[in-house]
Amino acid sequence: MSVATGAPPPTFRIDMLWRDERYRSGFIQAIAMIILMLGVAWLVNNTIENLSALGKDFDFGFLWQSAQYDINQRLIEYNNQDTNARAALVGILNTLLIAVMGCVSATFLGVVAGVLRLSKNWLIARLMTVYVETFRNVPVLIWILLVAAVVNESLPSPRAFRGVDTGAFVATNRGFYIPAPILDAGGGIVVGIFLASIVALIIVRRWARKRQDATGEQLPLFWIGLGILLVPAVLAYFVLGMPIRLEYPELKGFNFGGGIYMRDSLVALWLALSLYTGAFISEIVRAGILSVSHGQTEAAAALGLRPNRAMRLIILPQALRVIVPPLISQYLNLTKNSSLAIAVGYMDATGTLGGITLNQTGREMECILLLMGFYLIVSLFISTVMNIYNSRVKLVER
Amino acid sequence: MKLIKLATVAAVAGVCATTGVQAQTLAQTKEAGHLKCGINTGLVGFAFTDDQGNWQGFDVALCKAVAAAIFGDPGAVEYTSLTGKTRFTALASGEVDLLSRNTTWTLTRDVDLKLTFVGVNYYDGQGFMVPKALGVTSALELDGATVCIQTGTTTELNLADYFRANNMSYEPVPIETNAEAQQKYLADACDVYTTDASGLAATRASFEDPSAHMILPEIISKEPLGPVVRQGDDEWADINRWVLNALLIAEEKGVTKANVKDMASSSDLDPEVARLLGVEGDYGSMLGLPKDWAANVIAAVGNYGEVFDEYLGPDTPIGLERGLNALYTDGGIQYAPPFR
Amino acid sequence: MSGTHAHTVPYVAETHYPAEPAPVSTTGPIAWLRENLFSSWLNAAITLICLAFILWIVPGILDWAVFKSVWHAKSLSECREIIVQTYGEGTTGACWAVIHERLGQLLYGFYPVDQRWRPDVTLLLLITAMIPLLFQTMRPLVVVMAALIGVKILIAAYLAVTENTLGSLFGPTTIVAIVIGGLAYFFGDTHHRTRWLVFTIVFPILAYFLLWGGIILEPIPSSRFGGFLLTMVIGVTGIAGSLPLGILLALGRQSKLPILRLICVTFIEFIRGVPLITLLFVASTLLNYFLPPGTNFDLILRVLIMVTLFASAYMAEVIRGGLAALPKGQYEASDTLGLTYWQGMRLIILPQALKISIPGIVNTFIGLFKDTTLVAVIGLLDPLGLTNPIRSDANWNGIVWELYGFIAFLFFVCCWGMSRYSMYLETRLRAADRR
Repeated sequence: MSVATGAPPPTFRIDMLWRDERYRSGFIQAIAMIILMLGVAWLVNNTIENLSALGKDFDFGFLWQSAQYDINQRLIEYNNQDTNARAALVGILNTLLIAVMGCVSATFLGVVAGVLRLSKNWLIARLMTVYVETFRNVPVLIWILLVAAVVNESLPSPRAFRGVDTGAFVATNRGFYIPAPILDAGGGIVVGIFLASIVALIIVRRWARKRQDATGEQLPLFWIGLGILLVPAVLAYFVLGMPIRLEYPELKGFNFGGGIYMRDSLVALWLALSLYTGAFISEIVRAGILSVSHGQTEAAAALGLRPNRAMRLIILPQALRVIVPPLISQYLNLTKNSSLAIAVGYMDATGTLGGITLNQTGREMECILLLMGFYLIVSLFISTVMNIYNSRVKLVER
Repeated sequence: MKLIKLATVAAVAGVCATTGVQAQTLAQTKEAGHLKCGINTGLVGFAFTDDQGNWQGFDVALCKAVAAAIFGDPGAVEYTSLTGKTRFTALASGEVDLLSRNTTWTLTRDVDLKLTFVGVNYYDGQGFMVPKALGVTSALELDGATVCIQTGTTTELNLADYFRANNMSYEPVPIETNAEAQQKYLADACDVYTTDASGLAATRASFEDPSAHMILPEIISKEPLGPVVRQGDDEWADINRWVLNALLIAEEKGVTKANVKDMASSSDLDPEVARLLGVEGDYGSMLGLPKDWAANVIAAVGNYGEVFDEYLGPDTPIGLERGLNALYTDGGIQYAPPFR
Repeated sequence: MSGTHAHTVPYVAETHYPAEPAPVSTTGPIAWLRENLFSSWLNAAITLICLAFILWIVPGILDWAVFKSVWHAKSLSECREIIVQTYGEGTTGACWAVIHERLGQLLYGFYPVDQRWRPDVTLLLLITAMIPLLFQTMRPLVVVMAALIGVKILIAAYLAVTENTLGSLFGPTTIVAIVIGGLAYFFGDTHHRTRWLVFTIVFPILAYFLLWGGIILEPIPSSRFGGFLLTMVIGVTGIAGSLPLGILLALGRQSKLPILRLICVTFIEFIRGVPLITLLFVASTLLNYFLPPGTNFDLILRVLIMVTLFASAYMAEVIRGGLAALPKGQYEASDTLGLTYWQGMRLIILPQALKISIPGIVNTFIGLFKDTTLVAVIGLLDPLGLTNPIRSDANWNGIVWELYGFIAFLFFVCCWGMSRYSMYLETRLRAADRR
């Protein structure tokens, strides 16, 4: 112990940089940093030289020029005189739309298929295995193309509905039409009341839980919740003279008009991505359920919990801990796979910003950088959500 | 020490930029022994693979012609299939030296993208195809229609302009490839299909029942499609321009694949043909090509008319008429400068 | 004898009664049906719905794909004519003739026909290089090669009868298969494995020469690569290249050096955060800008670089999982032994971590293999990309299902096989852990 204190401080030699524990880490990192910076500088230098050789510049000014092309599905106002930036925004919203829709339906499909694969019914378990294996083992791009072909070829065209009473829902090979709610005067109030009921419901649930913690008594929360949710809104609806009505799709000219129009490209992409990702999710769900040991179920039964409460309070929370992290990475995959939308002509961010805008302006570098930036932000957002969840449900170890 | 060394190496690597690909394309091509030609990933009549796995088509024939002019061998081509997105980058970066991929000659492409269009090998225009059952006879009746568009070119802009100018609404369905668009159109997932008229005719010809579909009379744009090279190598541009011209002159003077050999050895020749085939004068060396380059071109692919007839003409399933692409002597606008 | 019991027990069985057969309702197919398909009303309903679904969908597909299909025709219209003539007006059937005619293209792209034995041999060598990594002995290789030779003999026999030729029975593929099979049979034991592993390391160089040519083989430019060959080249290179890169990245991510860690984390998260298609756009349109002016890689090489980088980020995460799963004691043990960082990694940590990660690596490979189809979007002619020029041939214009169906089937066979292997591996690893 005392030997070191007496020794004279060793003189610094150059080889101590990589031999001596004290300097090594700093040295290695400095080298890494320098190599990295040199590499980046080299790339940037090349790029500048290449661009100047081609007489191109690096300029985002094109974003504010008129886009000059039309986009079929737009969640915000857009016409071909609007700017490229707005066209990109339309695309981005379309990407987010398909991502959200896909995640919801893929989760539903995945849970159903995962549970059914564990079913005692031999036939349905096998059928689900076939579904999972076929979808997992064929590239998603092929599925998107195949599903689009099925939608286009198997459904009737709008012309087939001429002179037919179509009703509320119409499925054509140009997409699905569903009734659109139209708010007349007073409709806003009904919606407002409904939103207020949701807030009320959350408050009541909190209160009920506190009450249960304090007294041990349980309230029939389901029925109370249903009442709070529906009764005021329904009452308001009738009191105000039914101010919300549904607009049905109608055949006008070449196409249906009215109602909400889900284009075939959206339907095909949605279906293909949900089916594909659903197959992966079903495996995750199955593994999650199997990961909860049988003892847990028995313990719950021993505590006197009924099967349904045992599932909700014991099994599910434990299974979810296993299920959620890979599930979220599947959401991430789905969002990234939605960039294949161009294969079916769905105008997502890749189709507008990385597609027609890129083609028409010739600004590859700017467009692709923006596109990558967008996807990166979405991914980072999703993984942040996952990290928050993980840290909340993490088992406290040691 | 080490750091300084590293920094020097990197700096040298960064500064030591090799000179560009400009102004030596011919020499590089000759050295490589083959022509690097960019073509479509698949367009009926213009670029497709035959049952032997060889590229064929109207645009592909031009690649073969240029290869024949340089090497005397139409097979000395390495094809790169390019999408609408990648074509100009591939050309600019030197990945291909000739882009023969139904590319419309526009001001921005010529000037802003630093390209050189060496001519027009096909005069096209954007049109509309509809099923006859739709009962539409003019594009002006298409208000509210669903329109399938083949993207990646000027098509979507022309369409937007046309519908806006005529104050009509439409539902665009952008599709990347002709094959997909055609499938959608046939399944009635769109009312109208719009692309270049040649593409429409080719697509229509392949239908089970072509007579059930019609191409509307309106042509809403000018689409002069031509081979493109990089700006800055005029020598290379000249070669490609004159290969194209040679094809046209050959048709004008009646030189064909079949008779080019006999003509070259015959003594009694039209003076221009004599110059073209290298019998008289040495125009090839001006271009840096062999004396008999044009004879090689014609022997390899035939004259312009023969190429047209082989891939697009009335005897093919596509069955296109010459129309604008007839020689000026036959009422078209294909007109080559004199060979002298 | 029985007298002793006679007063204490009222009855003693003196003969052995054979067991009654179980009631019909609890054994045999009927019981199986009851238990597995009709155990409750709900189950019965589900079963019936499933049956209805199968009956609705399967006969139609079979009818189209098998019974009313055409295998020999020159064009789609000829196919349609044949179907109408044979089965009557209005019937539709598959026109597999397009696959029959274009099979070579779909598998090899534009690789010259007389050189196509080279990819074949490369594939055989690839299998040879993989087996020592995947299995303990070389026995599977013997089976594979024997099966291959058997199939070739069958094909030759068929051709001898129908077309009076032996086909490619005596081609290079057969010879290589016999040689490898023989070597594997005689020198295929576990203790020979290291020698086979040496071959695995040499394999990439061999494969490069075989595919691209050089020295004695005719050089083939990569623009000729296409079809399934391209898929294999991209997939295998991507995975082989990403393995070392992924290990380095994973170690970097776990490193104690903050800057190094930051670089690795940024790289991994960036690559994993963007879709592969945008990286392919970078490869097809931007990569040339990043390189010194005048240099020119061909597109396939650029795609290979991008795909390798892409896969390495995913690989890094898989390996990080393996590293994290190792008990901390292993790290401490290697420190205790006085091993340096790299010695410890090479001798103690990585062999164990990699072993745990193999199923994950195989899954990454399956994912990458499927993702190679995306190169079609940037104009490379993998099987999916080839559908476009094929459908642009006026003869086959308008054909849809047959091409997609065939490609989907090819991918399914490959990926399903690999996922089966990965499952087998997981069970084996689990068994090894249990001991």
